[in-house]
Amino acid sequence: MATTLTINGERKSFDAPSDMPLLWVLRDLLGMTGTKYGCGIAQCGACTVHVDGKPVRSCMLTVGAVRDRPVTTIEGIGATPNGAKVQKAWLDLEVIQCGYCQSGQIMSATALLNTIPNPDDADIDAAMAGNICRCGTYVRIRAAIKQAVFGRQS
Amino acid sequence: MTVVQGKSASIARRSLLSAGLAGGFVLAFHLPVRAFNEPVQPPDETAGKLAPNAFIRIDQSGKITLVMPQVEMGQGVYTSLPMILAEELDADFSQVTLEHAPPSDKLYGNPVFGVQATGNSNSVRAWWKPLRVAGASVRAMLLQAAARQWQVDPASCVTSNSEVMHQSGRRLSYGALALAASSEVPPKDVPLKDPKDFVLIGKPLKRLDTPDKVNGKVVYGIDAMLPGLKFATLRKCPVFDGKVARVDDSAARKISGVRTIVVLDDLVAVVGDHTWAAMKGLDALVIDWDEGPNAGVSSAEIWRDLRAASESDGAVAKSVGDIKKGLASGDRLELAYELPFLAHATMEPVNATVHLKSDSCEIWTGTQVMTRVQSEAAKAAGLPIEKVIVNNHLLGGGFGRKLEADMVVAAVRIAKHVDGPVKVIWTREEDIRHDIYRPVYRDTIAATLSGGKIVGWKYRVSGSSVMARWFPAGFAKGVDIDGVDSAIDIPYEIPNLQVEFLRAEPRAVPTGFWRGVGPNNNVFAIESFMDELARKAGKDPIDFRRSMLASRPRFLGALNLVAEKSNWGEPLPARVGRGVCLQPSFASFIATVVEAEVDEFGEINLRRITSAVDTGIAVNPDTVAAQLQGGLIFGLTAALYGEITIEKGRVQQSNFNDYRMLRIDQTPRIDVHVIKSGETPGGIGETGATAGPPALRNAIYAATGIPLRRLPIDRALIAEGRKA
Repeated sequence: MATTLTINGERKSFDAPSDMPLLWVLRDLLGMTGTKYGCGIAQCGACTVHVDGKPVRSCMLTVGAVRDRPVTTIEGIGATPNGAKVQKAWLDLEVIQCGYCQSGQIMSATALLNTIPNPDDADIDAAMAGNICRCGTYVRIRAAIKQAVFGRQS
Repeated sequence: MTVVQGKSASIARRSLLSAGLAGGFVLAFHLPVRAFNEPVQPPDETAGKLAPNAFIRIDQSGKITLVMPQVEMGQGVYTSLPMILAEELDADFSQVTLEHAPPSDKLYGNPVFGVQATGNSNSVRAWWKPLRVAGASVRAMLLQAAARQWQVDPASCVTSNSEVMHQSGRRLSYGALALAASSEVPPKDVPLKDPKDFVLIGKPLKRLDTPDKVNGKVVYGIDAMLPGLKFATLRKCPVFDGKVARVDDSAARKISGVRTIVVLDDLVAVVGDHTWAAMKGLDALVIDWDEGPNAGVSSAEIWRDLRAASESDGAVAKSVGDIKKGLASGDRLELAYELPFLAHATMEPVNATVHLKSDSCEIWTGTQVMTRVQSEAAKAAGLPIEKVIVNNHLLGGGFGRKLEADMVVAAVRIAKHVDGPVKVIWTREEDIRHDIYRPVYRDTIAATLSGGKIVGWKYRVSGSSVMARWFPAGFAKGVDIDGVDSAIDIPYEIPNLQVEFLRAEPRAVPTGFWRGVGPNNNVFAIESFMDELARKAGKDPIDFRRSMLASRPRFLGALNLVAEKSNWGEPLPARVGRGVCLQPSFASFIATVVEAEVDEFGEINLRRITSAVDTGIAVNPDTVAAQLQGGLIFGLTAALYGEITIEKGRVQQSNFNDYRMLRIDQTPRIDVHVIKSGETPGGIGETGATAGPPALRNAIYAATGIPLRRLPIDRALIAEGRKA
């Protein structure tokens, strides 16, 4: 059945069963492949997107449950002030290795800054512990979130 | 930057040639390839003609394209290899464009392996000299072309930032010289830069692959999108080597979006309009399996077999002095260490996209082995190799999993039943349950001490030979060269030493390379045992190691630096310990100290990690630090949680809920100190994975006195408080 969602500020229409996870709508129906499949059971965070500004695991959020709330993905997060700051800090500190989990990491980090503008280590751990990085970039993720807060130039 | 897709061998050759004719130029030259075995595919059509290894293209607009013979899976070679090329080429590094190499052992075979493969932490090591020569040769041709045009002595010209300059002030861009330079003769024995003149190498330059990784633009194999693409997922028999007996697909066929159900002898796949339809369809199938002869295999049986096998003598891999005499006197200690099966669990689950037609097969994937994928796909498709086009991508993690072609072969077999292109994604559960696993190993070491030093050392590695299957030339006279890699390169001066390999294949479970490969096992056993010997000798673990390193300055340098930087010897609270690991692996000299706290329930709190790294010339020191930081997390994940177990012929783990990963809230401060060196570069990508587990094990030993001799760490054993 035809569904319409607002994704990164644009109206997108597609045919999908209402129990289809948002992840597969984004990737397979809309060709927005920046959001990643990692586990399918909300254990790894690679599929994190924002729904109404909150970080959610799109692998387990059905498209029917999104209703009329706006969706932001990695393709659109750079248009938000905190998203742009996080992306810049990620590059300044060269956080990324393989990068497959980093869409999710950046979405989680941006959501953190949206709710806690100046997070401490415990806030960072709490907000980011749901995102697995197999390359082990955690030390730099922590440093980059702090850099994004203080906006220091590299 | 966006990485451009390379073409398959024959097409690439044509385009390289036509690019040359059209006014750009391509450097062609031979590499001193040391092939261990026959090529895995027949020579391609370039044989006897151009037969080049082509890495650099410069067109008249000045665009410099560097073709990457190794693949990028996070380890940073899409920055370090371009740095090496651009250094000698004197190219403007900010303007280079990268291209994935097409499959061709002839053009892009790894100089160490003889085939196109990325592994064993050797990309920089293997290509250091060839790529410098490639860059320097092109630079010399451009310079000659400019000098000819200006009618001046080439010695009066210099190059910098993609330009040739004459002392008169005249200058020409590389683009403007490209056509003329293509008719210059490449110099023989082109001189290379003195390392003191390096302007790129040794600097922490920004990675070229990361800008597209912060905004979703990067395309991994799993992201391949094609017109008319169908999506599939598969299930193999849960029991290794089991077969499909019967499939009831009546419920699956009713699911909206399900298009085709493919039943093969060993797997079932559902093809749909999107991955969700395929997954739902697969879950709706009722499959009866013929579990076959492996239905009773268990970890208990595999360990019983391995322990029994390990009692026999192995094939001797190295012998120094007189081992009988060495072990005959002194204080003797003999212990065994055991490591479990491990899955790779790359964040990008195993996948491949295939478009099979009657006369061709095109593949989109991320692989560490381009030509192996091409030849295996050709076999599966029943097509000649040159009809198989492989489009490689950046990899969402490799760790050795993508040294295999099984996922491509499965996708080709499924594609035979699909009209048009199909993307086959394995669920995480299939990815974990049907990996090609790091083998179980049992290591037995007997040693004697006299005057506080080791006088005899007999070390036997017992386990699977991955080489025997993957690279047969690497398994000779009973010795797997990877299986004993760091055992024969042991850092310590030991007068009487013997290293043995005993091949013992586990029943049913397929085994393969896993980040850290053979050294991972060797270093865990050696460095764990060193701490037990140090305790027997009544010496501090670092002092004990130091006393046997007098003639090994690079090891000593790393060890002394890590001792200083980790505050070794300074008092710690109760139940907190520091553990050290010194390793010879991948031609780097690395010492690591882990500081950890162990609570009464055996839970581990990582407090701090310090590494000192002598990897020779660090092409990009920031990448070296990043690889250590990440590799340590990778290794510590395995030490703390990693174990694949088998019951009733099946893998018991399935996803990140029961095959756990270290997370950010468990990650301590990690300091990596890169030692300045002028030596030839060593390998780095796997070193952290190797360093973490023994250093943590020794920290637990220091904190509690409990000598762990198996991984993963057994919290119950620690809680019991059983000491040696």
